[in-house]
Amino acid sequence: MKEIYLDNNATTKVDERVFEEMRPYFCELYGNPSSMHFFGGQVQKKVDEARSRVAALLGALPDEIVFTACGTESDNAAIRSALEVFPEKRHIITSRIEHPAVLTQCRNLTKRGYRVTELNVDSEGRLDLEELKRAIDNDTALVTLMYANNETGVIFPIEEAAKIAKEHGALFHTDAVQAVGKIPLNMAESSIDMLSLSGHKLHAPKGIGVLYVRRGTPFRPLLVGGHQERGRRAGTENTASLIALGKACELAHVHMEEERVRVREMRDRLQRELTALIPNTRINGGGADRLPNTLSIAMEFVEGEGILLLLSEKGICASSGSACTSGSLEPSHVLRAMGVPFTCAHGSIRFSLSRFTTEEEIDTVIRELPPIIKRLRDMSPFGREFLAKQ
Amino acid sequence: MWDYTDKVKEHFLNPRNVGEIVDADAVGEVGSLACGDALKLFLKLDESKERIVDAKFQTFGCGSAIASSSALTEMVKGKTLEEALKITNQEIADFLGGLPEEKMHCSVMGQEALEVAIAKYRGVEAPVHGHDHDHDHVEGGGQLVCKCFGLTDVFLKKVIQSNKLTTAEQVTHFTKAGGACGGCIPKIKELISEVLGEEKKAAQEKPVKLTNMRKMQLIQEVLENEVRPQLWADGGDLELIDIDGATVQVAFRKACAGCASSGYTAKFVEQKLRELVSNDIVVQEVQG
Ligand code: FES
Repeated sequence: MKEIYLDNNATTKVDERVFEEMRPYFCELYGNPSSMHFFGGQVQKKVDEARSRVAALLGALPDEIVFTACGTESDNAAIRSALEVFPEKRHIITSRIEHPAVLTQCRNLTKRGYRVTELNVDSEGRLDLEELKRAIDNDTALVTLMYANNETGVIFPIEEAAKIAKEHGALFHTDAVQAVGKIPLNMAESSIDMLSLSGHKLHAPKGIGVLYVRRGTPFRPLLVGGHQERGRRAGTENTASLIALGKACELAHVHMEEERVRVREMRDRLQRELTALIPNTRINGGGADRLPNTLSIAMEFVEGEGILLLLSEKGICASSGSACTSGSLEPSHVLRAMGVPFTCAHGSIRFSLSRFTTEEEIDTVIRELPPIIKRLRDMSPFGREFLAKQ
Repeated sequence: MWDYTDKVKEHFLNPRNVGEIVDADAVGEVGSLACGDALKLFLKLDESKERIVDAKFQTFGCGSAIASSSALTEMVKGKTLEEALKITNQEIADFLGGLPEEKMHCSVMGQEALEVAIAKYRGVEAPVHGHDHDHDHVEGGGQLVCKCFGLTDVFLKKVIQSNKLTTAEQVTHFTKAGGACGGCIPKIKELISEVLGEEKKAAQEKPVKLTNMRKMQLIQEVLENEVRPQLWADGGDLELIDIDGATVQVAFRKACAGCASSGYTAKFVEQKLRELVSNDIVVQEVQG
């Protein structure tokens, strides 16, 4: 069965051109870029090129790019660094819907005496900048907010938030793992101090990430013990993967404009047709500014895992904001923070498209999902009550 | 992705007995939309009102909740009410070839719905679980322990006891208690120690003075019923060679013979015998 992969916010296919780019750096060009011989030197050139390619996508300078092992490392490094830079400040501001890479770290810090403010979101998943203004003070070392949410695709007003942080002398970090490559970013005209991205979300392999650190932003490394990345991240470079990431960024850059439109049209069509064909749905974050590739749709009276398993039978890969799939027992913290009613929180499904998604694949989902929902509602006591009322 | 057995998948994809029985004799409902799973079970009895002739269900929940409900309806058909009440959640899981531990609560929900249905039919108070989000009041008494999932101490202790649970994490997997805000975890730990304490006491009260004859009989029974079936499961076996006072001599057979971990196996046999017969027993492995 050929898979219909609509789970690109979880991870993406490595673009074949990206794979070709990295391939020689395993068995042939395996030199260490730090070495003093020609063999390492030629790898160093490719590393520099990759750094420039990543920088170009972000509108940044090459020396502002620090390669890491993943988005999670970048997030951890940014938060730790900010606290070390301001040892006297004891306050961090984040949001309730951050990725666990940020949220867990912040919550752990409360045990070490830090004050953490988790900003709320409204029912569409939007941030209230007034709340940020009220929360921030001289004690705030760091404001860390995600650029776009992984479950709903809702985009935060990051530039405005970064300005507020700046005005109060706090550092500003954003987890932009879901945004990079999907929407244009320009660090040259931004107030963001640090930004995390992850390779495998934009068609590069897993195990490579970046922390953007603005020139002049004070920084303390998480990993020490080597001069790599100008002392900001010790450890021998993952040369093949970072070269791949460079290529992936270049491709994202080239394709961004047309893909943004094409992917958005497919997403919008999927949303339109599904809501027309399936009664009692709700688009999570539908009223907010969203990533072009993400659709989180809640279907009342059914549970997400059943939907995913039946979709999977048809070769369709999606994910859910429901409890059962993740092993946790509650609907996702994102949907709960948005106050999505319990009647639909458990039946929320996320489709996330990529530039490899085709119109035929969208057709298949439009054809297969409605009968699945009907079948599960027929089986559900609540679904029956609801159908009977109609 | 969950590692569901083929049987779970099959019962999920082709659930048996979905629907309702309009003139059902007994109906049991547990769970809620807020909890993330719910089951409504319908039972139809024969003329004498003794035996279950038909069962149907409606389930809101994950794949394993649907499969567990389907399994349950298959298992109860043809059983008397008494027999049906003896079904444990473990048996529901076994029927499906096992469930991932995180999903055991699905089998517990099935067993619960069955109990509720029968209790209601008999007009007695439903056994205690609650699942009632809006009220602190819980049917059938007991103290509310887990507010998030509406579970009482009586219910939790029952599940802890019958499934021999020893950690709070297991209790979460079997009942969901503790899986949301986590506020009830300390209380769950207390309940576990209470149950363990009660069991210890019961164990100590077992007859201390055994006649030699009775002891030999007991040892043989335990080996036959408790020990050998477990060894068979791993392709092994043992033979009782001799009993001399408190010393029990056994020889390992099949996969157990010459197995590098036969020392552990001997310890396991000794433990079982100490637990169930007398705590001075020593097991010796002999070549026979
Ligand atoms: S009270 Fe038990 S999980 Fe919240």
